[in-house]
Amino acid sequence: MTPSVPTGRLPDRVDVTVIGAGVVGAAVARELSALDLEVAVVESRHDVGDATSKANTAILHTGFDATPGTLESALVSRGYGLLRAYAQVVGIPVEQTGAVLVAWTPEELAELPALERTAVANGYTESAMVGPDALYRDVPALGPGALGGLTVPGESLICSWTTALAFATEAVERGAHLRLGCRVEGMSRQVEHTVLHTTYGDLASRWVVNVAGLASDLVDGWFGYRRFTVTPRRGELLVYDKQARSLVDRIVLPVPTSRGKGVLVAPTVYGNVMLGPTADDRDDRDDTSTSETGLSFLLEKGATVLPALLDEEVTAAYAGLRAATEHKDYVIDVDASQRYAVVGGIRSTGLTASMAIAGHVTAALLDAGLDAARRRDLPGPPRMPNLGESFPRPYQRADLIATDGSYGRVVCFCERVTAGEIRDAFASTIPPTSLGGLRRRTRALNGRCQGFYCGAEVRRLFAAFQGGAGPSPATTEAR
Amino acid sequence: MSTGTAGPATLVTPEVLIVGGGPAGLTAARVLAGAHRRRVLVVERERQAGGIPRHCDHTGFGLRDLRRVLSGPSYAGRLVAAAEEAGAEIWDGATVTSWSAEHGAEVTTPRGLFTVRAGATVLATGARERSRPARMIPGDRPEGIYTTGLLQNLVHLHHGRVGEQAVILGAELVSWSAALTLRQAGCDVVAMVTAHERPESYSALTALGRRALRFPVISGHRVVRIIGRDRLEAVELENAATGRRRLQGCDTLVVTGDWVPDVELARSGGLDLDRVSRSPVVDSDLRTSVPGGFAAGNLIHPVDTADVAALDGRHVARPVLRWLDDPGAWPSPEGARVVARPPLRWISPGRVAAGAPPRSRHLSWVDRRIGVPVVTVTQDGRVLGRRRLMWPAAPGRVFRIPSDLFAAASPAGGDVVVEVDGRP
Ligand SMILES: Cc1cc2nc3c(=O)[nH]c(=O)nc-3n(C[C@H](O)[C@H](O)[C@H](O)COP(=O)(O)OP(=O)(O)OC[C@H]3O[C@@H](n4cnc5c(N)ncnc54)[C@H](O)[C@@H]3O)c2cc1C
Ligand SMILES: Cc1cc2nc3c(=O)[nH]c(=O)nc-3n(C[C@H](O)[C@H](O)[C@H](O)COP(=O)(O)OP(=O)(O)OC[C@H]3O[C@@H](n4cnc5c(N)ncnc54)[C@H](O)[C@@H]3O)c2cc1C
Repeated sequence: MTPSVPTGRLPDRVDVTVIGAGVVGAAVARELSALDLEVAVVESRHDVGDATSKANTAILHTGFDATPGTLESALVSRGYGLLRAYAQVVGIPVEQTGAVLVAWTPEELAELPALERTAVANGYTESAMVGPDALYRDVPALGPGALGGLTVPGESLICSWTTALAFATEAVERGAHLRLGCRVEGMSRQVEHTVLHTTYGDLASRWVVNVAGLASDLVDGWFGYRRFTVTPRRGELLVYDKQARSLVDRIVLPVPTSRGKGVLVAPTVYGNVMLGPTADDRDDRDDTSTSETGLSFLLEKGATVLPALLDEEVTAAYAGLRAATEHKDYVIDVDASQRYAVVGGIRSTGLTASMAIAGHVTAALLDAGLDAARRRDLPGPPRMPNLGESFPRPYQRADLIATDGSYGRVVCFCERVTAGEIRDAFASTIPPTSLGGLRRRTRALNGRCQGFYCGAEVRRLFAAFQGGAGPSPATTEAR
Repeated sequence: MSTGTAGPATLVTPEVLIVGGGPAGLTAARVLAGAHRRRVLVVERERQAGGIPRHCDHTGFGLRDLRRVLSGPSYAGRLVAAAEEAGAEIWDGATVTSWSAEHGAEVTTPRGLFTVRAGATVLATGARERSRPARMIPGDRPEGIYTTGLLQNLVHLHHGRVGEQAVILGAELVSWSAALTLRQAGCDVVAMVTAHERPESYSALTALGRRALRFPVISGHRVVRIIGRDRLEAVELENAATGRRRLQGCDTLVVTGDWVPDVELARSGGLDLDRVSRSPVVDSDLRTSVPGGFAAGNLIHPVDTADVAALDGRHVARPVLRWLDDPGAWPSPEGARVVARPPLRWISPGRVAAGAPPRSRHLSWVDRRIGVPVVTVTQDGRVLGRRRLMWPAAPGRVFRIPSDLFAAASPAGGDVVVEVDGRP
């Protein structure tokens, strides 16, 4: 099969349609396209992983703090191992920095033993309690007043952008039909298949998998269900200058509350330091604005946890929306009679669990009667360009530059992105269609100057590589 | 992961390495290579040297150094030509990715990787405007928000288009430069907004804005929110005194001024940095805390005009020569510091040494306007000098203090404290 163009036509009829190309939808599509099936992926945005999957804290969780016995607990801990291994193969940067959970009050300190027991109940046995001396030895810049902590050596940093793109790229290279900028607006049921009404016409599909993130409850409603309601829970984040990176070499977590994991301070794979996220419930499923209260709350937290961070420059601020529901677990279910599966309520761990969720729902679909065998002619996995700081990047590689000088022409100075990498992004299986998409594939424009120096040149290259086709780079949303 | 390891870089050993080919770096190169016949290498990451003036397509450059008034691009062109004629080697499209006095500079170019080890290094990496996220302005993240640097690069170098109705945040000199560029790009300015009680730049410009450019300068207001999902639709303004808020429609916002020095290399090279401005601390010879390391231009005073940056470059040549001829003679960085008291934010040079700095001026920044400033300099409880200056101290532009006020300071003494008072 030849890879389909992400913006190309869809066939009239397919075996399975995945609604939503976030990191979970892309993982599901990748898994399904390993079977002997015609698979379509429809995504209303103009890029893969362009909703919640691009705006998170990008931590590969061990699942130490999950609620034991839940599906989420099982899938996070399985997903952790799967994604780590996959990352090695395709070149998704992962850094196992480890985490330390810090107690700042006697009440929090008293909760640590229970948290350690929870970790064990979740199958995670590497955690250990540590006293303040160890905390300040490991993180000398930690603010005063830390009473004790719990280490979680397995917690790791990952690049969420590359992850979603890698899954989608592999799915497309396996023959899945990816249609971006295509919103499913409704459906009608027929005997043999479901007809999805999309902004690009009707698509008949024998099976449908709903991985629509913040809209997953709405799509579920089309199939007659009222089993959950998504309440977007906004998380705002501040990204600090790379020059702050020496302040903290691991993830510093607070003691979790019923509202969530709380505000953490962590390095990123790109070499920055992140502070966030907040957690407040919203009505608007598209509102990813940042707020005065959110940012000042983060500064207040940051001043306690890592006071020196506040002297550093902020490089970026953004917000993501968690698909929170009234349930304390994922909603994953297959309705055999309607040949329909829902993968919803994937709130704050979906990046980590993505591959395990994909495996889980595929097995459930096969159980429910999806008739397919594993293909023997699968192409090899893709190699993704490295965006991580702890692995060599093109500007550092004499060998690459010797073969092609454009890897020595730095275009985005802050992030050291070369003309060669920008060109490669446009030649990739799923090329960018916006400046935001280019940012997520190369890091161009993501640095401290936010385009002061390179913004015009990057736009010029964007227009040149798009060859005047496609939309102009109107959207430059910060990550 | 990408597996190839970084191959060996080619070693290059000029006598002087200059990082940054803006007015400061190019002028230093011209003097050192020309009159003094030193082997000078200028490394510039942009495809063309010249620095910020390359994209400031209006007049107002060169008065103090070239004794004539030129447009930014022709000024930049002249500096490049003069440095080249003097015999300096200029690499453009070459980015210094790390530097320390000990190990030299690592440089990435399309021709390969280079390590540059030089007898002396002048850092002249300039300054940039704070971006919207760095100012922590909350709200949506639509298209249509620029710094002046991005705006001018788009309009002058790439002939790109911006919107139709712009708000300019800031009323510094650079803000007026942004207003001119917007006009050339066919974009109306609907308001210039500044948090200060009075516009920071000269009142003549404010009057010009009102009459010739026909837009209001709204002082005492902050931009507190950005509105618009895809394209900017409005900004929310807050009156600093009353807290009252209102919306101002616009499809373009230019955040101007609010400078940060580009100190990545200075910092990774371990130079002492000013606590507030974050610029490398230098003495009157523009020597940093690390032997053989010099700094010049807007990197050490974010920001003054281009001719002042260029004159730093001219000034630094003599100390560089002295060091090349007699390595070893470097003052201890422990010497007395110059400390600015509020409303002064920072002052440069920040270390006391014999001799006068460029143009015999200390450069500083104030956070509040003082119409008739009186400057007092003390050390160890002794008043070294006090003078009423004939020019105001105003936020948004460098406040220049005559250096003879510091002449009696002793490098071996305690901190030299600089204060400024006077009527607003
Ligand atoms: C602040 C924050 C921090 C987080 N931190 C972490 C972390 O550190 N580690 C971790 O593992 N997880 C983390 N998460 C969670 C993780 O980001 C999510 O669980 C994951 O991204 C969910 O992926 P998804 O594919 O289900 O949803 P989404 O990424 O939202 O994708 C759903 C897609 O469906 C599309 N869609 C919706 N309706 C339609 C329609 N009708 N037609 C076509 N397409 C449609 C949408 O456009 C969207 O692209 C965090 C989340 C947030 C908000
Ligand atoms: C919009 C605007 C309008 C202005 N208008 C005027 C005016 O009318 N009159 C006036 O006199 N002044 C004006 N100025 C100020 C003037 O441009 C600056 O004072 C002057 O450019 C400072 O010179 P510099 O050499 O210190 O730094 P810059 O001009 O900023 O040059 C620094 C150079 O260093 C390079 N560099 C940085 N890091 C590296 C690295 N790692 N590797 C290689 N190269 C590097 C940069 O690419 C840059 O070219 C204006 C400034 C702006 C932004």
